[in-house]
Amino acid sequence: MIEDSLIDTGTLWTVIILLGLGSFALRFVFTGFVGDRAMPDWLLRHLRYTAVAILPALVAPQVVWPVATDGVFDVPRAAAAAMTLGVGLVTKNVLMAVVSGAVTLYGLLYLLG
Amino acid sequence: MTATTRKTAYRQGIVDAAPFILVIIPFASLFGVLATEAGLNVVETMAFSVVVIAGAAQFTALQLMQENVPTAIVLISALAVNLRMAMYSAALTPYIGAAPLWQRALCAYVTVDQSYVVGVSKFERDPEMSVAARVAYFLGAVTPIVPLWYGFTLVGALLGTQIPDSWALDFAIPITFLAMIAPMFRTMAHVVAALVAVVAALLTAGVPYSLGLVISGVIGMIAGAQTELWLERRAARA
Repeated sequence: MIEDSLIDTGTLWTVIILLGLGSFALRFVFTGFVGDRAMPDWLLRHLRYTAVAILPALVAPQVVWPVATDGVFDVPRAAAAAMTLGVGLVTKNVLMAVVSGAVTLYGLLYLLG
Repeated sequence: MTATTRKTAYRQGIVDAAPFILVIIPFASLFGVLATEAGLNVVETMAFSVVVIAGAAQFTALQLMQENVPTAIVLISALAVNLRMAMYSAALTPYIGAAPLWQRALCAYVTVDQSYVVGVSKFERDPEMSVAARVAYFLGAVTPIVPLWYGFTLVGALLGTQIPDSWALDFAIPITFLAMIAPMFRTMAHVVAALVAVVAALLTAGVPYSLGLVISGVIGMIAGAQTELWLERRAARA
């Protein structure tokens, strides 16, 4: 297995090490180099919306075009996403939202599958 | 007293991040399986997960290396997938920037989607937290995540079996993220930021190197910031 590896060992270790260093640099660039120096107000104002912008942007394509269904819109998955978000917005309870979403997903997969 | 506060914060972080266990187990084992299928031995597979700890970037790099894409392109593509980490780093800085350097380095190493969202939502809810308590909480939040990322990479690599598709665990990521961000919509500006980012993400889904995600994130953040300013100006006039 090691001998007939599909990926050249030198390339692999180059990628592992450089990707590791690069990923650390991206994660450290502000926490490490800015530290406790004050950041300008306009930047802080934008950063307040990082989580509510990036994570929905990350999730949206997976909800509309799930990989598991080869990108075909899927009613159980879309309904589960809507239910999770709805319950989360109303109850502000993460666990309740996860459970509601999971029950919706499995319920509809069972009923429609 | 502070030691107790830190311990409480650490434990709270573990509890709050626990729902993500559902996500980490299938994805880590899937990486282990795919890496082994691509011809990586156990040491190489584990090194990948320990050195990089970034699911999506690891999958991207693995895929491109199998396609014999030039190394520079592999790195650029995988780092582009990870570009959002720099945004997380920036957003965490006002909260933990005053911690000692070694703690900030440790937090940087374990900054992933899950620890970021758990951490920031707690820091926003609880502005009185001390910097030490925040760091403890953040490290608590990665405690159920990172060891499982390593452990189930190993399980996947050794057993070579992935969790059956019929379990639909692909959808654990959207569900856990949606559940986690829902309580963060406190103002109209948060809602606008999310809606704009979602529309942008769907429109830029075809942009290569996953750059659509970062573009959409930035557009959403600008929309949120502008809405906040507009709301402030309106309140000032009223």
